[in-house]
Amino acid sequence: HIQTLETRDMVKSLENGGCGECQTSCQSACKTSCGIANQQCENAEK
Amino acid sequence: MIHQYKLNGYNIVVDVFSGSVHVVDDASYDAIAMKDAGMDDAAVKAELVKKSVSEQDAEDILSDIAELADAGKLFSKDIYALHAFDFKKRSTVVKALCLHVAHTCNLNCDYCFAAQGKFHGEAGLMSFDTGKRALDFLVENSGTRRNLEVDFFGGEPLLNFQVCRDLVAYARSIEKEKGKNFRFTLTTNGIGITDEVIEWANRECYNVVLSLDGRKETNDRFRKDIGGTGSYDRIVPKFKEFVKRRGGRGYYMRGTFTHYNPDFTKDLFHMADELGFDQLSMEPVVAAPSDPVALTPEDIEVVKEQYEILAKDMIRREKEGKPITFYHYMLDLAGGPCIYKRISGCGSGTEYMAVTPWGDLYPCHQFVGDERWKLGDVWNGVTNTALRDEFKLCNVYAKPECQECWAKLYCSGGCAANAMHASGDIHGVYKEGCEVFKKRIECALMMKAAEANL
Repeated sequence: HIQTLETRDMVKSLENGGCGECQTSCQSACKTSCGIANQQCENAEK
Repeated sequence: MIHQYKLNGYNIVVDVFSGSVHVVDDASYDAIAMKDAGMDDAAVKAELVKKSVSEQDAEDILSDIAELADAGKLFSKDIYALHAFDFKKRSTVVKALCLHVAHTCNLNCDYCFAAQGKFHGEAGLMSFDTGKRALDFLVENSGTRRNLEVDFFGGEPLLNFQVCRDLVAYARSIEKEKGKNFRFTLTTNGIGITDEVIEWANRECYNVVLSLDGRKETNDRFRKDIGGTGSYDRIVPKFKEFVKRRGGRGYYMRGTFTHYNPDFTKDLFHMADELGFDQLSMEPVVAAPSDPVALTPEDIEVVKEQYEILAKDMIRREKEGKPITFYHYMLDLAGGPCIYKRISGCGSGTEYMAVTPWGDLYPCHQFVGDERWKLGDVWNGVTNTALRDEFKLCNVYAKPECQECWAKLYCSGGCAANAMHASGDIHGVYKEGCEVFKKRIECALMMKAAEANL
């Protein structure tokens, strides 16, 4: 009935996130929209 | 808060605050909507049975919903606002610069947000000394952050290629001693690409952004030289050679679509199928609503339909073993940004700044040319600390219009420059941009469901 995609746990990232090493998104490709959603995190909880 | 939608045969439920994404059958889709509306289990079950769902299935669905809710993956609450991150006290470092090495251009594109590269001011080239000072400013203000990003931008940066080369050489000479890793990118219109540029960029730039609007008639409508001649025939062979020799390193073909081609997938597919490029980004034009190139409300509806066409086509290409990449559909659901990043956004004005050829600092490249937004300069640093703090506080929770939006933790409140141009206030929103953004996220999540073979 319900299938759940694997996603990063936002609540956990409250404890483990915020290192700031991710790429500045606006530099990625388009320079006209921020694209935060398209970011990757090297330190995401596995 | 949840968001439910149907697309390409998938029923998708997004749980906003946990970040969970569920793919559900029709009965569950209805049940979740009823639960969200406040109905109790008995009433939901009765409604489902009325719709020919078996009693057992209805009970199973309600049990699944309860399990997900207990696990914090459905109907989760907004705990982040309560945490009340004190953004003003938040320690931020500078981690990226957009170096405007040239406020001049060898093209004369009618729709250029940078006013043909001069940003509504004087033409000029950045000196090596100013660029060197900008890199030192970045290192000095980057705290413990190791990765530092620098984009060579303009105008057309290749009009100042030697300074680009010298600045990279300088950065490489100090990065070990300073414990930093510089990541350079180049944004170019292609006119100035030579063998020397290709060899340098492929060695030093981890990403290059190559401006091409798609089909010849689309590209040459606006991307013309001073004499009015279109650029397509000159730049396409250079871009092909550049990408061929890139050897798998990052690049993006970056196009702009306008009122004249809201059916932009035709241009994307031209770049993919006829030119052989597979890393693509097409963006709506940045223009005042009164500008003839600006997208109209009618265009926005066409654009949204185009995003669906693109998503379905990319699924087909993936199945056929000939995938293409579209920047806005690249979501890493398991390894994406943390909640801090999702709330604070792109970092313009705090972590990311633009540097003019004369060393002035602005919150980002789209604010350059308007003195009201000047933050300081690379010699004295940020002197307009009030403006920097305004940007520091400008997060998704500071935007009243974002509070009830399901997409707010995907867009982080959107682009401050777009908001300013649309509403006159960086705390505002660019409504048409929001519509487009939400459609892109819906498409990208649907593609994830397809990828998972659900």
